[in-house]
Amino acid sequence: MENARRVLSVVVLNEDGVLSRISGLFAGRGYNIDTLTVAPVPSTNLSRLTIVTSGNSRVLEQIVKQLHKLIPTYKVIESNEFVEKEMALVKIPLSEDFSGLDMLLKAYNGTIASSGDDFIVAMVADDANRVENFLKAVKKYNPTDVVRGGSVAMDV
Amino acid sequence: MELNGSQMVIEALRRENVSVVFGYPGGAIMNVYDEVYKQDYFQHILTRHEQAAIHAADGYARSSGKVGVAFVTSGPGFTNAVTGLATAYMDSIPMVVISGQVPITMIGTDAFQEIDAVGISRPCVKHNYLVKDIKDLPRILKEAFYIASSGRPGPVHVDLPKDISAQIGTFEYPETIKMQTYKPNYKGNVRQIKKAVDAIAESKRPVLYIGGGAISSGASEVVREFAKITGIPAVETLMARGVMGHDNPLLLGMLGMHGCYSANMAMSEADLMISFGPRFDDRVTGKLSEFAKHAKIIHVDIDPSSIGKLVDVDYPIVGDLKNVVEGMIPLAIEKVDANKFKTWRDLLNRYNEIHPLKYDDSAEVLKPQWVIQRVGETLGENAFITTDVGQHQMWTAQFYPFSFPRQFVTSGGLGTMGFGLPAAMGVKKAMPEKVSINFTGDGSILMNIQELMTAVEANIPVINIILNNQYLGMVRQWQTFFYDKRYSSTDINMQPDFVKLVESFGGVGFRVKTKEEFDKALDEAIKSNRIAMIDVNIDRMENVLPMVPAGGTLYNMMLEYKE
Repeated sequence: MENARRVLSVVVLNEDGVLSRISGLFAGRGYNIDTLTVAPVPSTNLSRLTIVTSGNSRVLEQIVKQLHKLIPTYKVIESNEFVEKEMALVKIPLSEDFSGLDMLLKAYNGTIASSGDDFIVAMVADDANRVENFLKAVKKYNPTDVVRGGSVAMDV
Repeated sequence: MELNGSQMVIEALRRENVSVVFGYPGGAIMNVYDEVYKQDYFQHILTRHEQAAIHAADGYARSSGKVGVAFVTSGPGFTNAVTGLATAYMDSIPMVVISGQVPITMIGTDAFQEIDAVGISRPCVKHNYLVKDIKDLPRILKEAFYIASSGRPGPVHVDLPKDISAQIGTFEYPETIKMQTYKPNYKGNVRQIKKAVDAIAESKRPVLYIGGGAISSGASEVVREFAKITGIPAVETLMARGVMGHDNPLLLGMLGMHGCYSANMAMSEADLMISFGPRFDDRVTGKLSEFAKHAKIIHVDIDPSSIGKLVDVDYPIVGDLKNVVEGMIPLAIEKVDANKFKTWRDLLNRYNEIHPLKYDDSAEVLKPQWVIQRVGETLGENAFITTDVGQHQMWTAQFYPFSFPRQFVTSGGLGTMGFGLPAAMGVKKAMPEKVSINFTGDGSILMNIQELMTAVEANIPVINIILNNQYLGMVRQWQTFFYDKRYSSTDINMQPDFVKLVESFGGVGFRVKTKEEFDKALDEAIKSNRIAMIDVNIDRMENVLPMVPAGGTLYNMMLEYKE
């Protein structure tokens, strides 16, 4: 059985310890977490986790079932129809030659998020594989720091 | 009603009709124990170790089907309880365990007897709570009992900080409960049930594979009826002993590593496996890729995560087994012809005649199988049978004539040595009219031996039958078979005098070397109505057979061992 990547959107009660129940489930059963983001669902008592994981079909099926089995889990969405975006921040020294950076940022829905005395911070928000490509391309500006966020996803 | 946190615990237990609590006090749970002292709704039994308190509540739950309840204190009190929680979790036993915790204001400061209890219990309970606000306590207690006993049952742990147990709040105990995120599905899908019965009608060599779910669902009666209507032969897992009844002509026996030949061959040759609440444990299936290779699989389970976890299932049905089988019966009457499976039944019965469960009895030395059969002949359905873990456990599962569900109480999934004595005490509290027998080994019995004191103090007569071979026998057996007889740390001929030991606690003891002595000892033990220990010297080198070596295939059984 081949390993596949899977995005899961998990809605849980926003209560103490719920994140450790989920991370403990993954750790205890040997499942992978590639990325994980958590935030409250507006005006409810719920939180939404977006988990990017991978495994063979049996493992993925078990992950979904085991997540369901947790008492505070409200629902697990495993749609293939997700709008999925990731973001990344990249710090580049001002000493670099910025020629072409503007075009690169445009190509990846990016912008300059901040700047300081001797650096700028560029930001992109895009599909996970495109963020990956951006980070390869931006290397030529010798970034001093890269921070990547996990995926957020919405089923459509 | 205004109550403090400890009074709320007592009041909740009263409303849940709890009649006995096992436990052990300590600093962080003293407020609760103060209220235990003042009440007379339930009996509190002081064990001599926290692990035993949990096993006793577990034995109570397994034999009665009710929720077992135990109290322990924080820190070491709680960590001692963990093995008990894990034991109950692996076998899906309903239980509520309340532990004391240091005051909320001190959590996280490495206070005296502080441990992250909910962090530790998380992977070995169905659910747990750390109570942070007195306002939440009544709801949490109600949820704990509801979660423990509904769906796939399991232990629930409530960690109660000392300041919360003293705070006063309003006690409103909900009569019923509806949880936003937890809704077990009891009714099986009607179309799936119909498809499954159609598959049964079309099959030629079907077999009923019955697991512990048949017991927790209370489905024994309908499963027996279903088997009778369809004429389909049945095999039981360790956890399902007693579901079909030993004298049921359709029961082949237990399957798996130490299952009988006909049961394992039935699985191997079947074209349809009708799985009623088992979980495809590795001790049952052997090598998975060869397990029931020719069979399509129907799997009924209340826990969706149990279905398809290890094998691909053709007809999954999520629901309460009793409910689902009740739905299958009218369809089966209409569609399934029991005569159709006669050749198949005959074949399996022939397997049973060729290779029955057997042992070579001896005039010189007592055989453990004889002892178990003898107790079966003497007490039969008048006893509940508990075991510890090891060879004696397997011999008991093979040779005791179980006639009703819940009669057999054993730690299956976790395989916890030291389970037997405290669990048998819990059984006796739940079933005072029956004899409570604990078949144990000379290794296991020492793992909770301090409970003899509890049994004497609380007057709980349990008859412990030590099948004493002066070995950690099951490990010794593997060393004989697979490790060239290098008996690393398994020879335990250095032993206490078990007769004097039990007498020093205030019970009665017998040492037995012959059949006559055994009959006499058992008779006297029953009549004494006290905690008893029968130390039976058995053949040191007796092996549990047949055997499927770990990872082997069910159709390649080791039927006998030759030097």
